[in-house]
Amino acid sequence: MNLAELVERLGLTIYTDRDELARAVGGGYAGDLLSDVIAHGRKDQVWVTIQIHPNIVAVAVLKELAAIVIANGREPAPETVDRARKERVPILGSTLTAFEIAGRLHELGIRGA
Amino acid sequence: MALRRFRADLHIHTCLSPCGELEIYPRRIVERALEAGLDIVAVTDHNTAENTAATVRAAEGTRLTVLPGMEIASAEEVHILGLFETLDDILPVQDEVFRGLPDTPPRAPFIKDQVIVDAEDGVTGFSPHFLMAATRLDVREVVDLIHGHGGLAIASHIDRPAFSIISQLGFVPPDLELDALEVSPLMTFSEAREGLVPGSRLPLVRFSDAHKPEEVGRASTAFRLAAPRLEEIRKALRNADGRRVCKP
Repeated sequence: MNLAELVERLGLTIYTDRDELARAVGGGYAGDLLSDVIAHGRKDQVWVTIQIHPNIVAVAVLKELAAIVIANGREPAPETVDRARKERVPILGSTLTAFEIAGRLHELGIRGA
Repeated sequence: MALRRFRADLHIHTCLSPCGELEIYPRRIVERALEAGLDIVAVTDHNTAENTAATVRAAEGTRLTVLPGMEIASAEEVHILGLFETLDDILPVQDEVFRGLPDTPPRAPFIKDQVIVDAEDGVTGFSPHFLMAATRLDVREVVDLIHGHGGLAIASHIDRPAFSIISQLGFVPPDLELDALEVSPLMTFSEAREGLVPGSRLPLVRFSDAHKPEEVGRASTAFRLAAPRLEEIRKALRNADGRRVCKP
């Protein structure tokens, strides 16, 4: 599954450029402590979080995550979006809670481990 | 003006903090600070300055200087110490933080009494604010708010697994204009420099984060200053005019 399909299936908002959405999704991770995501996130995962600070982009780059999905209808800070565009990290959003997003990702066959 | 060493513990909670013991009230803090050989302390309750005036007053006539402070929880749940010179400086900061706190849940038996006291340790009231919550201000807005009122912004206990800038944000954002980083007594400065903030030029300091009277002064930082004032500490953190942070 790629990000474009995910956007369509979950009705996600796209905050960054559409041409990044061909990227394949290889799993998922959820968490709001960036130190924890640095320790346990893995390459190609979509990361579900409520954090919107620009540091989330750096974590996604560091761990080569496929995308960041911001839960609960939170809007990423403008600086976060700027940085994400520059670093080519897709940022997506949903009004659903992190729990609900993780459940739907799982239903689509995306696993955490 | 002659420079000398001043020993400071600038991270102390009072009985107002939801996690502070009832026994940590102004005169106890002053008494313990003097016993511990401290010259300067700061009262830094979570998201409030409601006990700072009483503690400043409790120290009047002693050789201890009390600076008003707060430990503000940002939207990312990063704890930032804001230290100020006067009560007039801190009150508008407190107003802004209160505005950014969620309403206290109507039934919250898990919240212990948030006790407001006077300089004679008499209970004058209870804070109605949801002090254990986080404000809506993000970490940069918190730092800007502190600086906007002449304060110093210090990231709390950066080595701790909860509520530290590193636990919450993974690393210290390089463009965040902090004045210093606080390291808990559990980690040495060289471990912190190498392991947590490689390349950072921010000064490291160590304070007690006391929640009980006996913890006041269990960790402290010595500064070389002309007088026990915030402006002098600011110079020391910037290594200016001969003021400096003394080696531990």
